[in-house]
Amino acid sequence: MRHVLSVLVQNQPGVLAHISGMFASRGFNIDSLAVGETEVPELSRMTIVIRGDDAVLEQVRKQLSKILTVVKVQDISSMNYVERDLMLIKVRASASQRVEIGQLVATFRGRLVDISPESIVVELDGQEGKIEAFIELMRNYGIIELARTGRIALVRG
Amino acid sequence: MAINTTLSTEPMSGADILIQCLLNHGIDTVFAYPGGASMPIHQALTMVDDRMRTILPRHEQGGGFAAQGYYRSTGKISACFSTSGPGATNFVTCLADAKMDSIPMLAITGQVSTPVIGTDAFQETPIVEVCRAITKHHYLITKTEDISRVVKEAIFIAMTGRPGPVIIDVPKDVQQRRIVPDWDPPMNLPGYQPTPKISREVLESVLDLLRESSRPIIYAGGGIVSSGAFEQLKIFAERTRIPVAMTLLGLGGFPADHYLSLHMLGMHGSVYSNYAINEADLLISLGVRFDDRVTGKLTEFAKHGKIVHIDIDPSELNKNKPALLPIAGDVLQALTDLNRILDQKPTGAHPITQDLKSWWRQIDEWRTNEPFRFSDRKDAILPQYIIKRMHELLKERNMLEDTIIATGVGQHQMWAAQFFHFNKPRKWLTSGGLGTMGFGLPAAMGAQAAHPLATVIDIDGDGSFLMNIQEMATCHVEKLPVKVLLLNNQHLGMVVQWEDRFFKSNRGHTYLGAGPDEGPYPDFVTLAKGFKWNTQRISEMGDVDAALIQMIESKGPYLLDVMVPHQEHVLPMIPSGQTVREMIKV
Repeated sequence: MRHVLSVLVQNQPGVLAHISGMFASRGFNIDSLAVGETEVPELSRMTIVIRGDDAVLEQVRKQLSKILTVVKVQDISSMNYVERDLMLIKVRASASQRVEIGQLVATFRGRLVDISPESIVVELDGQEGKIEAFIELMRNYGIIELARTGRIALVRG
Repeated sequence: MAINTTLSTEPMSGADILIQCLLNHGIDTVFAYPGGASMPIHQALTMVDDRMRTILPRHEQGGGFAAQGYYRSTGKISACFSTSGPGATNFVTCLADAKMDSIPMLAITGQVSTPVIGTDAFQETPIVEVCRAITKHHYLITKTEDISRVVKEAIFIAMTGRPGPVIIDVPKDVQQRRIVPDWDPPMNLPGYQPTPKISREVLESVLDLLRESSRPIIYAGGGIVSSGAFEQLKIFAERTRIPVAMTLLGLGGFPADHYLSLHMLGMHGSVYSNYAINEADLLISLGVRFDDRVTGKLTEFAKHGKIVHIDIDPSELNKNKPALLPIAGDVLQALTDLNRILDQKPTGAHPITQDLKSWWRQIDEWRTNEPFRFSDRKDAILPQYIIKRMHELLKERNMLEDTIIATGVGQHQMWAAQFFHFNKPRKWLTSGGLGTMGFGLPAAMGAQAAHPLATVIDIDGDGSFLMNIQEMATCHVEKLPVKVLLLNNQHLGMVVQWEDRFFKSNRGHTYLGAGPDEGPYPDFVTLAKGFKWNTQRISEMGDVDAALIQMIESKGPYLLDVMVPHQEHVLPMIPSGQTVREMIKV
């Protein structure tokens, strides 16, 4: 099962290394990990997407909580939450294909952020499924490279 | 901890502040090996030698295990110091060992100066990066101002919750800079909640399970010792009449000679404790982690028992073996409150409604029929025999109360666990989780530093002993009269035993001697003399008593080199990953 963990950590050097090292040494597989500052300068928020059964999740949560610099661990999967992922994708596009791709971008509510003679760059945010679907569509044109932020999430309300 | 507020308001060096902070927290013995990046710390140590004893080990690893021996035998934290780079990496094994066995220790390492960190400077190692996974927490101090807060946090972290080691890396310029410190700064640990409180309702449900059970057992581990729950466990077990089986680290957590004691369980535990836990219908698991050396095959372990698991570390609950009733909290609090609840029950009402008579009849039968045993040989000194005999002689002399035993790792360690009886906690110093050879001598040395008048004996093997033999020098110079009972079989006995059982006795580099034409090698007696220890070698049964007495009564350090056959196996044995049904008894 897919779980989204929202983890508040102290904003200190080495915290990311500590957490990713714990995941690696205990054999937990991460789908996605995003980290950034929060409204409090001393704290960062990590959003971790992980797959596993309840027993694995229980261990992940507890092992995370055990790390001294981890302030709070929340499994928000069962809550009402908003989740986003931001992608930049560079696609091969000749002048004649631009319009066609532009329509797809509009349908997905993305934005064309760069156009060059041979390629375009599209910015797209949203949930994982939508982004995956867009990537599939772009394969036909030829994906040159792409970058994603990883999932970030917040509980509603 | 009360902080002395009359401390200097003049600028002091970081090194002086660091040492003063340790003194403020009650640390009065440290083990420290100097080097370029830690020289200011050593200069500071010389300024306080009337208040803090600095013991110079002969290898940083010796200092690390000495700090462990000091804590394991007292419950008081100590610190070990090294320089940067190779000095610091020599602490790695000590820290991993302390993490596995939940032992508080402070490892304080010198580091290259902050401007050159990250440039591969001479003797630079990113020791905090190296030690992240093997410490409870870690600090790289970048500002002299942070020293007093970091020391306060480090000791608090090491000693509270599930105890563990903390490393503090101190760059040389941080040691040298002079400031006026804040001696009692607030801690900044927003995410640290060391001790979950156990509610009365939860403990009532433990008693509900107990009431229904007819074959209960207590499975007691190192948590009993580290939480100081010895007395409360005794009260609880006596009141409920539940048998107590102990893990390797739990030995001494309940009196070995008590009628309710089933001694050690697990791979080399007693036949009867393993039978009992296999048949039990309820496990009260206290301060344990269902380690594979205890459980063997997890799905088969305690298959018929409901499991109550109380541990201070929530991540141990349901980690290896799911519990019916997992309880996060301190076993001392749990036992104290359980005893209090039982006190409030109407007098005469036994906490267990079932009759335990048939359970005890069964246990007594197992215990009588299959005690720990070894063959009766007159032609050689069996290691089991001499350990048992040493225990008897100490008991006859009324010295057991003041005897502390340390061990290396291997067969001798298991025989010590089986044949030396511990009736009090903190008398048994052994590397359990990590199983570190070379642990015994330095751990004994640290314990002796804490207990100058105690009889501290390292029961060791020739393989393990050689791994930290340099600490014989420390014992001599520092006047630490450690005794070593060396069970010398010229082999790595435990690996030999596995070769005999599982590899058709093919020797894979497990012979330590120099060949059949030479005598015992190395010549430990000559080595001991070189270190100015008193020593003798024996190989005849007739010499055992006199030699043991001479060792025990020796005023200074003493090495008794006992030649023993290498063919002996530690029994019983449940092979790794198997079950009580596959137990090897002969």
